Amino acid sequence: MKQEYDVIVVGAGPAGSTCARYAAAQGASVVVLEKDRDVGMPVRCGEAVSNRSLEKIVDIDPRWIAATIRRFRLVSPSGQIVEPDLGGHGFVLERRLFDYDLARLAVEAGAEVHTKSYVDGLLPSENGWQGVALQWKGERREIRGRIIVGADGVESRVGKWAGVDTTTHMRDMETCAQMTLSNVDLEDDACEFYFGNDTAPMGYLWVFPKGNGMANVGVGISGMASKQRAAIRYLKDFIARRFPGAGVLTTVAGGVPCAVTVDTLVKDNIVLVGDAAHQVNPMSGGGITSGMFGGKMAGEAIARALAREDLTLLQEYPRQWEKDIGAKHRTYHRMKSAVYKFPDETLDDIARKVLALSPEKRTIWGVFRTALRHQPALVWEMVKVFGLGR
Amino acid sequence: MLLIEIKPNTCDFCGCCVGVCPEDAIELQEAQISIIEERCTNCAKCVWVCPFEVLLFNKPQKTKAEA
Ligand SMILES: Cc1cc2nc3c(=O)[nH]c(=O)nc-3n(C[C@H](O)[C@H](O)[C@H](O)COP(=O)(O)OP(=O)(O)OC[C@H]3O[C@@H](n4cnc5c(N)ncnc54)[C@H](O)[C@@H]3O)c2cc1C
Repeated sequence: MKQEYDVIVVGAGPAGSTCARYAAAQGASVVVLEKDRDVGMPVRCGEAVSNRSLEKIVDIDPRWIAATIRRFRLVSPSGQIVEPDLGGHGFVLERRLFDYDLARLAVEAGAEVHTKSYVDGLLPSENGWQGVALQWKGERREIRGRIIVGADGVESRVGKWAGVDTTTHMRDMETCAQMTLSNVDLEDDACEFYFGNDTAPMGYLWVFPKGNGMANVGVGISGMASKQRAAIRYLKDFIARRFPGAGVLTTVAGGVPCAVTVDTLVKDNIVLVGDAAHQVNPMSGGGITSGMFGGKMAGEAIARALAREDLTLLQEYPRQWEKDIGAKHRTYHRMKSAVYKFPDETLDDIARKVLALSPEKRTIWGVFRTALRHQPALVWEMVKVFGLGR
Repeated sequence: MLLIEIKPNTCDFCGCCVGVCPEDAIELQEAQISIIEERCTNCAKCVWVCPFEVLLFNKPQKTKAEA
């Protein structure tokens, strides 16, 4: 590890590795500091992505794909099943391999990656920050950097140290428990989502196939619901009911910040990407590809700012985020806030109404339109922001 | 006085609690977690969001004079 870099990236998740890759591509010296002893582990994720988003951001390696998804099955509290037309397909990834390869791509572009590197503070300078303090393999170190990227995930502290409020409100924190199961009997091309107050209050429970009789099964509930009963209890109940004979290969906890993106993505020479910046899609809780988009935009802006010796060019990143994704995520957040507290009767009523739609209207958007039919202003906003309905 | 307690050997180090902590009062390493007593205000948000119920809120014991 050197004592000085152009760019220090804290965190080697999808957002940090992608940012490092694009920042290094134009010749900047980039280091990624990861606290864990390995990249990509443990996996705290449902691992589902849409093919359209993924292929836009990276060349897909078939080794990453555990299952190809062609159907969504939404299950209402009383057990009605809605299968909306996806209009595309999705993947369940093998994130152990995926995250690792994203870090490799960063290294191939010229970045260094160091594991067992726990960053625990910023080093102040006259007009911003001049580096980070870290514990590296148990040893205290300080390294200097011209730009510091907080890609430190849901547990992010880099932004807070720089004075950006990145605290997630309890209501927006989806607290999760997830297991990898074996010996389960599932269709390999269908993702299942379960809703309802007894299963996943203010959230959902997912069953995603991973091939070879394996499944990624997890639940995310709002912090507000978790006050009464923790996520792990909902998951254990469900698995005992639905998969009594399954083997449990992993059990992990996790948190997803399903909030509006932080409004300060760049402050002085500090840049925030991924979960650290709340770039998760707040409706679905999916943050793999949106964090990578944030990472790419940030990395490209960093490369330009360094090449022209002008840090004000970092501001291109928030501008591009707002244009491409920011406005959509705000609408998703409003949609989530409208639907996530629906009582079971309302959810069952929505399922009934969607099942009564003609098959060509039974799409994901058809489901949302039905769910939000009492909020015409929000439906109109959806139509406008996502360019639907013509 | 710190009223939050972390049950030993049960934490999964997921960071959910760190994400909601308004005081930046939790230190989380790969397999080590601790609460920074000087910063913690005992707001208990970390206790409520923990997916594994690893954090506990110990109600303050009333002293005889208060009771
Ligand atoms: C249970 C669960 C299920 C999910 N399911 C899906 C899904 O199906 N599809 C989807 O798209 N998204 C899903 N998500 C969200 C997705 O996992 C995240 O949005 C994504 O991982 C964010 O990437 P990131 O790079 O921003 O952060 P992370 O992947 O969290 O990476 C952050 C990295 O920073 C490191 N770090 C943190 N602090 C420090 C420090 N101080 N010093 C050094 N390193 C540090 C961490 O160890 C970590 O490796 C899920 C999340 C959870 C918890």
